[in-house]
Amino acid sequence: MSQGSEGPAPVGPGPDQREMPAGRRSSQGIRVDPQVEATHESRRTVLSALVYHEPGVLAEVSGLVSRRQFNIESLTVGSTTNPETARITLVIEEPEPGVRQVERQLEKLQPVISVRELGDDAVRRELVVLKVHGDNPDEVNAITRMYDGTTLDAGPRTITVQITGDEQKIDDAIDAFRQFDIRELARTGQTALSRGDEWTTDAEEERYEQMRQEQAATDDDD
Amino acid sequence: MSEPASPTYPDEDEATEEAASSDRSTESQPTTGAEATVAALEAAGVEHVFGVQGGAIMPVYDALYDSDVTHVTMAHEQGAAHAADAYGQVTGEPGVCMATSGPGATNLVTGIADANMDSDPLVALTGQVPTDFVGNDAFQETDTIGITRPITKTNYFASDSDTVGDTVSEAFSLARTGRQGPTLVDLPKDVSNGETDAGVAEPDEEEAPPAAEPAAVEVAAEAVAEAERPLILSGGGVTKGEASEEVRAFATEYGIPVATTMPGIGTFPEDHELCLSWAGMHGTGYANMAISHTDCLIAVGTRFDDRLTGGVETFAPGAKVVHVDIDPAEISKNVHADYPLIGDAATVLEQLDEAMPAAPDAEAWRGRCQDWKREYPLTYDTPDDEPLKPQFVVEALDEMTDDDAIVTTGVGQHQMWAAQFWTYTEPRTYVSSHGLGTMGYGLPAAIGAKVAAPDREVVCFDGDGSFLMTMQGLSVAVRDSLDITVVVLNNRAIGMVRQWQDAFFEGRRMASEYPWIPDFETLAEAFGARGFTLREYDDVANVLEEAMEYDGPSVVDAHIDPAENVYPMVPSGGDNARFALSEDQL
Repeated sequence: MSQGSEGPAPVGPGPDQREMPAGRRSSQGIRVDPQVEATHESRRTVLSALVYHEPGVLAEVSGLVSRRQFNIESLTVGSTTNPETARITLVIEEPEPGVRQVERQLEKLQPVISVRELGDDAVRRELVVLKVHGDNPDEVNAITRMYDGTTLDAGPRTITVQITGDEQKIDDAIDAFRQFDIRELARTGQTALSRGDEWTTDAEEERYEQMRQEQAATDDDD
Repeated sequence: MSEPASPTYPDEDEATEEAASSDRSTESQPTTGAEATVAALEAAGVEHVFGVQGGAIMPVYDALYDSDVTHVTMAHEQGAAHAADAYGQVTGEPGVCMATSGPGATNLVTGIADANMDSDPLVALTGQVPTDFVGNDAFQETDTIGITRPITKTNYFASDSDTVGDTVSEAFSLARTGRQGPTLVDLPKDVSNGETDAGVAEPDEEEAPPAAEPAAVEVAAEAVAEAERPLILSGGGVTKGEASEEVRAFATEYGIPVATTMPGIGTFPEDHELCLSWAGMHGTGYANMAISHTDCLIAVGTRFDDRLTGGVETFAPGAKVVHVDIDPAEISKNVHADYPLIGDAATVLEQLDEAMPAAPDAEAWRGRCQDWKREYPLTYDTPDDEPLKPQFVVEALDEMTDDDAIVTTGVGQHQMWAAQFWTYTEPRTYVSSHGLGTMGYGLPAAIGAKVAAPDREVVCFDGDGSFLMTMQGLSVAVRDSLDITVVVLNNRAIGMVRQWQDAFFEGRRMASEYPWIPDFETLAEAFGARGFTLREYDDVANVLEEAMEYDGPSVVDAHIDPAENVYPMVPSGGDNARFALSEDQL
């Protein structure tokens, strides 16, 4: 403290005269090491979340996604083998560090049981329902068959078909149907499971075994 | 208002039988959802609740009538939330606030958001319209769950009188464990009134605090031992995790200087030679120099807020970062962690201590830190021809109070002076609104702090702007004879905004100055408190002493120099090493 006529204590150099530290961080807070400069390219990935099937869980997840400005391509929800749980599949477009942050923030939500980023080999499917003008039924039918689709409704004015497949196939199919002038379409967004023996998220094996044992116990009682 | 259900009592034999076969408490078995709610609070050890009455919460208040839990009736629900938040900051256990549906709940929102930003343990109980009316835009209905979802750790809509007690227990337990934070239980009136014989479970056994991966600790310890310029950054998580002793032990054993964040103030004694005080926008020049030059930053319980880091590109640019945090989502959120150590702060610091192969060779570095302390001390002038300086008032009161005195603040310039010029030596002594920056926090926080620690001195530094926002709380302090001293550092303005207008908006002081404000001395007296006005240096000691000695709430209206601004300052998004000591350095 300094008071009265003493004046302030001596002060060090101003901002322009100070010794400045070397180095810098990226806008992601990562120290930029000139020798191993890593750049993160934007990519698209799939997160699967096993959640408790309870009111508000979708609001929690979608609220988190919007308030933290996560870049979500699609989000689907559906039931699982266990009536207590539901699966949420998110397709995310982000530079790599962002995906980890989405995963960790999701894991913090109380109704979320476990979250995992799926590998590139995961089984992913999407469904689109397309309604086109009914002027050329034969040609529409040909394209539908090319994409292993099904005709859901056909009338004098419109034909409605469904196509399932991975994202690329759906994109291609939509392109192909454009020649018939698509009146409306609805895409579900991707849903996915991990491939082969691997469990989709960490908590699932344990929950599956538990459910089987409970099932066996009730069967014995009967 | 609906008729309360008439109480019914379970068959005594049945009750005994049930108690014998479970761990449920038999004492004063609750008979309604409201009684179960209060029983759950009692089982959690709650002694005080801060709240305001209202229609939909009346059954819960009625259940409090027969309880040992003390209810502090606040003048406004925002004050109830802040008082409960401060109670939680002082005790480490969740403060509890309650309010009715609709406006009661929305008035709590600011306080809940404040607790959420600062990870303060808080439980909010809100009344709700009866379940059948929910969604019909009933009288005093709001979607409290929807409104508070983004600002709580989690919230619960109580849907069943039989489970509401367990829901409240869970909310309490979640607020206090892991990374602490606010939880909320929304209580529809029919659920509170509804009959139940479910009882309330005893609280779960404490789980051991989580430790970090031993392998991760090993490599982090090696990095610390090899550092030439190590620095500990002690954050609010050190307060929350009761890890101050561990920080002190680690720093002194290995000779590592310590800077704190603002919420970390008091976690390392500011009169210790290794202490560099707090870093960030208005932190000390020496803390900011040390952060900028360290090669190994041991960050404990901090979320690297932008007011701490400034521009992240220039934050500790040459440092490997060891980040200790209980919340995995904080790792590499804002600043990349080279060595993430996820776990309880005290536990991880002990692990790190055991894993240290040697002390870092940091003598030269400690010398540089001392040089910076000499070069950039916190100072101010007191010329004879200028009005009273706020810093002088803060220092004077610090000198006449105990080490464990609690300081609460509003938000703005006075908050920064109270942080800069008071020497904090113990955790939980600087109780403030950090992340949310809620003007008006100070007075209700002082009430909560005094209720939590009746034997300690409680001082509130407030600004004139902040004080005007929540000063109705004086009625509470007078009614309950709470011995708190409010010092309003009155510069007739929202001073921090004015400072920014002068620095960054060419002095265009839009809506920041108060052409007229009340006489706070008279106002305090009208409330029944003691009021003082302070203008001269010569009166500072006497007036503060008299205010402190008065056994009840007192308000000191300190008319300070309106031209005084807060420095050092790192402009928003700036480089910490380029802190300005005056406006012409900005």
